[in-house]
Amino acid sequence: MTYAQAALTALAQEMERDGSVWVLGEDLGPEGGVAGQYLGLQQRFGKTRIVDTPICENTIMGAGVGAALCGTRPVIELRYADFGICAADEIVNQAAKVRYMLGGQVRAPLVIRQPIGFRDGMAAQHSQSTEAWWVHVPGLVVVAPSNPADNHALLKAAIRCDDPVVYMEHKELWTVAGEVDEAAQPAALGQANVAKRGSDVTIVTWSSMVGVCLEAAQALEARGCSAEVIDLRTLWPWDRETVFESVARSRRLLVVHQAVKVGGFGGEIVAEASEQLFDRLVTAPRRLGAPRVPVPYAEPLETMCRVGAADVVRTAEAMML
Amino acid sequence: MNEIPPTESVLSLYRTMCLIRAFDTHAGDARRAGKLRGSVHEYIGQEAIATGVCANLDRADYISSYHRGHGHCLAKGADPEAMMKELYGRVGGVCGGKGGSMHVADFSLGILGANGVVADGVTIAVGAAHAVKMKGEQRVVVAFFGDGAMNRGPMLEALNWASVFGLPVLFVCEDNLYSDRTRTGSVSAGPGPLARAAAFGIAGETVDGNDVIAVSEAAARHVREVREHSRPRFLHATTYRWRGHLALDKGLYRDPREVERWQAVDPIVRTASWLSSRGVERTGLSRENDAAIERVARAVAAAETAPWPDHTTLYTDVQDVGAPS
Repeated sequence: MTYAQAALTALAQEMERDGSVWVLGEDLGPEGGVAGQYLGLQQRFGKTRIVDTPICENTIMGAGVGAALCGTRPVIELRYADFGICAADEIVNQAAKVRYMLGGQVRAPLVIRQPIGFRDGMAAQHSQSTEAWWVHVPGLVVVAPSNPADNHALLKAAIRCDDPVVYMEHKELWTVAGEVDEAAQPAALGQANVAKRGSDVTIVTWSSMVGVCLEAAQALEARGCSAEVIDLRTLWPWDRETVFESVARSRRLLVVHQAVKVGGFGGEIVAEASEQLFDRLVTAPRRLGAPRVPVPYAEPLETMCRVGAADVVRTAEAMML
Repeated sequence: MNEIPPTESVLSLYRTMCLIRAFDTHAGDARRAGKLRGSVHEYIGQEAIATGVCANLDRADYISSYHRGHGHCLAKGADPEAMMKELYGRVGGVCGGKGGSMHVADFSLGILGANGVVADGVTIAVGAAHAVKMKGEQRVVVAFFGDGAMNRGPMLEALNWASVFGLPVLFVCEDNLYSDRTRTGSVSAGPGPLARAAAFGIAGETVDGNDVIAVSEAAARHVREVREHSRPRFLHATTYRWRGHLALDKGLYRDPREVERWQAVDPIVRTASWLSSRGVERTGLSRENDAAIERVARAVAAAETAPWPDHTTLYTDVQDVGAPS
């Protein structure tokens, strides 16, 4: 099944299992969300559990917080990460902090779905990858699945999590198909997946860049360089143990993300790895990300912003010298 | 016109207002004396609104509050000592010393939180009401906010939301004429809060927010309507804050004659006059007020001597998945 169907299946299973799970957001009913990730759910669960809201991200998010405080488990649909910014106040100032500010009297168990990334010329206001913004906020869990099986198992885990979870799917993965075990248990949040074993360089990545890095790793293999590819899956908490163990072996670290390189989460991983493993590294850690420009519309320009497999190969090879 | 309310119930409103006045008189003074930190927004002058509204709520009903939140918490039944310890940032504070004045709340009493972001508590209130309706509960949610909040987008979104989904929310606009240091009338278009609510199909009324009996009667009508028919209502209560926006603001942007005019309609003095006209002894009323001051003094003494939170609590209640250490 596709990445979108995997999420839909997981959500339906969770709604079946727990009557307090419900969804609020724009355009969920008629076409089942921007990628059909809610298709048929309103018919199945009714309009009180799959709620089509007005276009008002502040209140969609604020209402989600209020409803979470009062004994329900809302899944909040914000369409794209770009519109997550419209609700940033309620995410940062309310959802992430309410438990702490009230001294642990309450919790806000909610999921905030806001897909990241490029997709078919969506341009500057519909293509951003803002995952690092949320990682910076204490109180939030941040998840970015790279494949259908993970989208199924991680969404289940996010819904069952008692902390607020920013759940970032990738628009270009919606139609990607793969094997999904529908009976799978929820994934463990904070656990990375080693997508490919290797010994010469550790490539840390997530979301749509996992596929790009695996393609690069294959090309590198043909050129005699063994790359290990780690799919973080969860950005907060991130799996330091798996990353550090790998880097300690390979002694080379390359982080790849689609988000703007400046101030991106790659910087955090490189900094942590440098602090912990400086004497084990044989070359400076490297990052690949988008240039610090708004995402352009024209295809050749957008392509210039994309990190491709060739960029990964080139950078990894340079690190072997 | 309404029936004359029982003297005993007005006396109860009077007691609550005296407690709020005593609490915030100390809180403001303590902030100016440097004993408290951060923002302390006094509710002095506005006591009749929280008191009159909360007198019509059950323990299970929810309220959401804003930065000027002490009065709402006390009126909903919060313990003044636990609140004072919170303001002092000490162990035993209702939020463990992590929230302070601006986030003081006792969730066990249905207090969803005081809030430091204008109008955000209103969006949380409609979400609470959404949950109440989904679960088929009979609770009412009251959203308290100021006239300044009427100009923020989330406020208008929340009015629309509550009306569209038919939610059990009473919106209570405490109109004290000022948005922080700016006169609200100078930055607001149109005929006012009630008209804005009406534009979303929400009925309501304006009430003299310095008349606790009038507030309580209006609240009783609207709370009943909200509870029985699960639809939002709007109460616009006119009032005035005697002090500045917060304790360190002297409020010098206001005409002193304006302050005097409003102090002449002090809700507590008016209620005392009403009660004495009903045969309650003046000395008895003074004793009630003294008792409130004494109760706050005991809370302060307890707060001043309470220990600071243990350093390990810095890291608790942030999040469990990926918790800090």
